[in-house]
Amino acid sequence: MTVTLDRPVTAEPPTPDALGVVRRARRAPLRHHRRLVAGLVVVLVGAFAARVLLGDFTVTIPDFVRILGGEQIPGATYIVMESKLPRAVLAVLVGLAFGVGGAIFQTTLRNPLASPDIIGVSLGASAAAVSGIALAGWTGWSVSAAAILGALGVALAVRAVAGDHGGFRLVLAGIGLAAAMQSVIQYVFTRVDEWDVQLVLRWLTGSVNGVAWPAIGLLALALAVLLPATAWAARSLRATELGDDTAAGLGVGRARTDLLMLLGVLLVAVGVAAAGPVAFVAFLSGPIARALNHGRTTLPAAGLVGAVIVLAGDYAGAYAFADLNLPVGVVTGAFGAPFLLWLLARGPLTGQRGRRAA
Amino acid sequence: MTATATTTPARLEASDLTLGYTDTAVVHDLDLQVPHGRISVIVGANACGKSTLLRGLARLLRPRSGSVLLDGEAIHRLPTKQVARTLGLLPQNPVAPEGVTVADLVARGRHPHHGPFARWTNADDEAVAEALTLTDTLGLADRVVDELSGGQRQRVWIAMALAQGTDLLLLDEPTTYLDVAHQVEMLDLLAELNARRGTTIVMVLHDLNLSARYADHLVALHTGRIVAEGTPREVVTEEVVRTVFGLDNRVIDDPVSHTPLVVPVGRHRPGRAEPSGPSSPSSPTELSSHSSHSSHSSRETR
Repeated sequence: MTVTLDRPVTAEPPTPDALGVVRRARRAPLRHHRRLVAGLVVVLVGAFAARVLLGDFTVTIPDFVRILGGEQIPGATYIVMESKLPRAVLAVLVGLAFGVGGAIFQTTLRNPLASPDIIGVSLGASAAAVSGIALAGWTGWSVSAAAILGALGVALAVRAVAGDHGGFRLVLAGIGLAAAMQSVIQYVFTRVDEWDVQLVLRWLTGSVNGVAWPAIGLLALALAVLLPATAWAARSLRATELGDDTAAGLGVGRARTDLLMLLGVLLVAVGVAAAGPVAFVAFLSGPIARALNHGRTTLPAAGLVGAVIVLAGDYAGAYAFADLNLPVGVVTGAFGAPFLLWLLARGPLTGQRGRRAA
Repeated sequence: MTATATTTPARLEASDLTLGYTDTAVVHDLDLQVPHGRISVIVGANACGKSTLLRGLARLLRPRSGSVLLDGEAIHRLPTKQVARTLGLLPQNPVAPEGVTVADLVARGRHPHHGPFARWTNADDEAVAEALTLTDTLGLADRVVDELSGGQRQRVWIAMALAQGTDLLLLDEPTTYLDVAHQVEMLDLLAELNARRGTTIVMVLHDLNLSARYADHLVALHTGRIVAEGTPREVVTEEVVRTVFGLDNRVIDDPVSHTPLVVPVGRHRPGRAEPSGPSSPSSPTELSSHSSHSSHSSRETR
């Protein structure tokens, strides 16, 4: 027997009051995020100015403007244009690349430990780049291309080993590959004739020191393409964050997630090609930005935090110890390790944090 | 929309559908027509393939053979975002990202309605407000989802699925982790939704008695095949329950809804109130002998 479908189909429009509640509730986090990004931009500009103007050779702002205008001030012009300014610009660009790239990894894989510098993607880029430079004499574009291939190779290998599991299995596979990549880098250094400590440190821990303007320009160009592409692709992150099944239900397939991950790999790879795998920047930026944003995911803030970390780390490395010029990666590594321990002590890291309580 | 249900063709159907994971098929050669504008409930024992079937219907699993048809077209060949404007899914374990507020979470249900460069519109706000009002979660709009109780959180997830504005809604065990009061509240909410919006609902439920109470159409699944299908009174019989769950049982009339109510017969502690009665542990055969009329007779004797 069939029953007639006599249910009324009504959808009364929401009251203006309800609309107001929704608008206010929806906009509050957006407003906080805008303020956070604006605040971080101010901090970044301050850190940039400090890095360029202060230190053991102080430059006044009028002098700095004149130097940028092309004026030759004995001593000052050389130091600003060949050391301070390129280091600061490179620090900002690399920090942006690692901050955004790391946050993409951590958010997509739902695990703060699954950052490219922990699961070997950065070291994969570094191993490929240093192999190209030291064994084949490559420069410029080909180094970037090698770094991209190395990063992609490690990322695909980690994914193949971890399968669909994510979580600890992915992190463990990544840590294993990171160790392997590190030994590749060390092997390469045994094959070169002249040992250069700065070069070794750059490709093992990262440094923004002594990079020529063309390499910086190349990175800027890459980011000018990759960052807008990321901003566009990251809109699907709002669905991806809800878990694979919910995201699929909202019409966001694996392809969108893979595209975003690919952009993350590319960001990290071009950053490594310019400055080496600056330790823990990708790992630190996302969680710090998240904490500043009430726990919510934010790629722009992660990029800005990354830029500030690299600038501050480079400044500290250059001037904290009187007669010692430490590369930035040594400083960020020293700060990153305690942070890693704190994160481990704080609670489970398997990415199950947001799961419904049983 | 007051036409009889039988005249409206099913918008979602499975045809000769086989689903499975890496080596094993879980659902075999299954045909199913989801009645339009009704509440369908899929029941079955653990690992009978009911969640797999739901995932297949929601295009989360690609069929090994056969197909799932949405409005007559193979769902896997349709653009996934287009499907998401017609068919919504609430999986068993949705993840609420850290720090996300109720309004923000529910707003994410609007994702399929946004083109590559579209901006948030007034209509989106209206859809979110309506979803929050329907689920009675408007007062929680600025709360963080992590901090809500289980029942509130589940209502918020339903609100997200509602904001998606789909005609069909698939839910995988929406009452898991909820106590009985919240289970009933959740199912009442879905029944209201079905009544007010005419949303076709397909869900997997564990509780057979609640399924019988809320389903218009019940699908009993056993080892990946449909054993019985139809109204709860047609499906919930002692034989079907015994086949599907391997459980000795009696079916009586639910005094509240007058739908079938399954009373399990275990091996221990039967008839403690009448220790000398006939229902001793050794009498399951006797029970099964008159099982076919029991659902009617029990109603008549009341």
